[in-house]
Amino acid sequence: MRIVAEGLTYTYNPKSPFASKALDGVDLTIEEGEFFGIIGHTGSGKSTFVQHLNALIRLTGGSLHVGEYDLADKKCKFLELRSKVGMVFQYPEYQLFAETVEKDVAFGLKNFRKGMSEEETAAAVKEALETVGLDYAKVRNKSPFELSGGQKRRVAIAGVIVTKPEVLILDEPAAGLDPLGKRELMELLHSIHGGWCKTVVIVSHDMDEIAENCTHAAVFSDGKVVMCGKPSEIFARADELLALGLDIPVTAKCAQVLKARGYAVDTDFTCDDFAQKVLALWEKEGGSNA
Amino acid sequence: MLNDVAFGQYYPAKSFVHNMDPRAKIVLVIAFIVAIFLAKNFLGLAAVILFLILVVILARVPFGRVLRSVKMVLFLIIFTAILNLFFYSSNSELHILWQWKFITISWEAIINMLFLALRLFLLVMGTTILTLTTTPVSLTDGIESLLTPLKWIRFPVHELALIMSIALRFIPILTDETNRIIAAQKARGADFETGGLIKRAKAMIPVLVPLLVSAFRRAEDLGDAMDARCYSGAKGRTKYKKLTFTWRDLLGLLLLAGLITGVVFLNIYFGGKFDVIGWFVA
Repeated sequence: MRIVAEGLTYTYNPKSPFASKALDGVDLTIEEGEFFGIIGHTGSGKSTFVQHLNALIRLTGGSLHVGEYDLADKKCKFLELRSKVGMVFQYPEYQLFAETVEKDVAFGLKNFRKGMSEEETAAAVKEALETVGLDYAKVRNKSPFELSGGQKRRVAIAGVIVTKPEVLILDEPAAGLDPLGKRELMELLHSIHGGWCKTVVIVSHDMDEIAENCTHAAVFSDGKVVMCGKPSEIFARADELLALGLDIPVTAKCAQVLKARGYAVDTDFTCDDFAQKVLALWEKEGGSNA
Repeated sequence: MLNDVAFGQYYPAKSFVHNMDPRAKIVLVIAFIVAIFLAKNFLGLAAVILFLILVVILARVPFGRVLRSVKMVLFLIIFTAILNLFFYSSNSELHILWQWKFITISWEAIINMLFLALRLFLLVMGTTILTLTTTPVSLTDGIESLLTPLKWIRFPVHELALIMSIALRFIPILTDETNRIIAAQKARGADFETGGLIKRAKAMIPVLVPLLVSAFRRAEDLGDAMDARCYSGAKGRTKYKKLTFTWRDLLGLLLLAGLITGVVFLNIYFGGKFDVIGWFVA
């Protein structure tokens, strides 16, 4: 599903002294198949934007199309849309509520696919739990509250992907995870991306994460999209990002240092590519004087 | 609607009333309520209304904003008023307008209903202005200070104030949390808007359980944080914000004293609320 936003505007607490404009004319297109990163500091409007995508926040200004759904249309089938656009919130483990893991994961299915048989539900739950790397037989009857933090998050993600959404949105999915957990999470996202899940959108502060994983990205600032394109294009404008108060990936930092010493590295800022380009440069320069 | 609760009622502005000492404001509200119940006729209530209008103007809060807060209790006012209309019995046969079995409507009942509704309305208005112009924190500071004498009978005033301010502080946090959980469950297809009462109540379980869990988690964190900063109760604690009684507070108290005096005079010179019936019935 292609996502097209034009002139998206949103104000919290309108007409009150606490009014704050979260989105101020956002134009953004996310093509089907992209692994899209949304970057921006706190309060830049990125979370507000992604909550528009499955109509958790109703459109108040501008237009937004998600696949065939026109979100400005009051007759739009929002429930159907939500089953196709999955949303994993920040710290999703805080949404767990049921007595058992199995019931919690099945919650979305019960809401979206009314009339689904018990066997089908159990099969879908099993598949979702296995996708996130949990042992169905072991965890299904456990209470979600007795699991470890990382496991809770997996259960919560399973609860969203159990309906196999075509678009999966994750708000700071790696926040609070240890390095191994982060790596495993990203591997998980890549494993489902391209299958039933066509598009992945992640909101992140972690520039290395964006540089390593995303095919496209957009930078939000003050409710507007200030940059949009491939990560290589965005991180090539490192100075602008730093001026916005954002970070840049380690590779971009190294590239800046090298540039200051007279070595231009033409890289897409993934670790692999950066290392290759630097090695190539080193060999070209003689390589022996090190 | 949840966002309304988040900031309490507080309406930020710079005004005479906003700058008053919270203790003075609390005392004034109590005195204001006394004035409402002292008034025995409509003229007295009119004086109270005039006073209220003056206060709203001084507080620089839009009238619409004040009325909006009253809207929530409007149902209660109307309900009480209607009960009074049907079940208030008149002494005079002449004044009965309509009768059916044990239900009668009399002139007295109508007057009584209007009087009661007006009183309740003014009562809510008065307390609303207090919460509109005073932040919850200074309100608890004020209450703590006013309750200080109770320390002599070993009443835990400081602890009570602490509990109150923590509760108030957590309202916006838990509201945020509630909104987040609601959004997360909606994203999983939860439906909070349709169905009957029982279905809707059941739909709240996926919100209430995580909310409760997170409230306990936060309470533990807060307890640890207070321990870490060596919190040990009221003993030897000083205040960050000292409350001071100023000319504004004195002027406010004088004005209200004037109002009460006026109401008493009107009571003496203009009889009771039922006198108006004489205008309609010979």
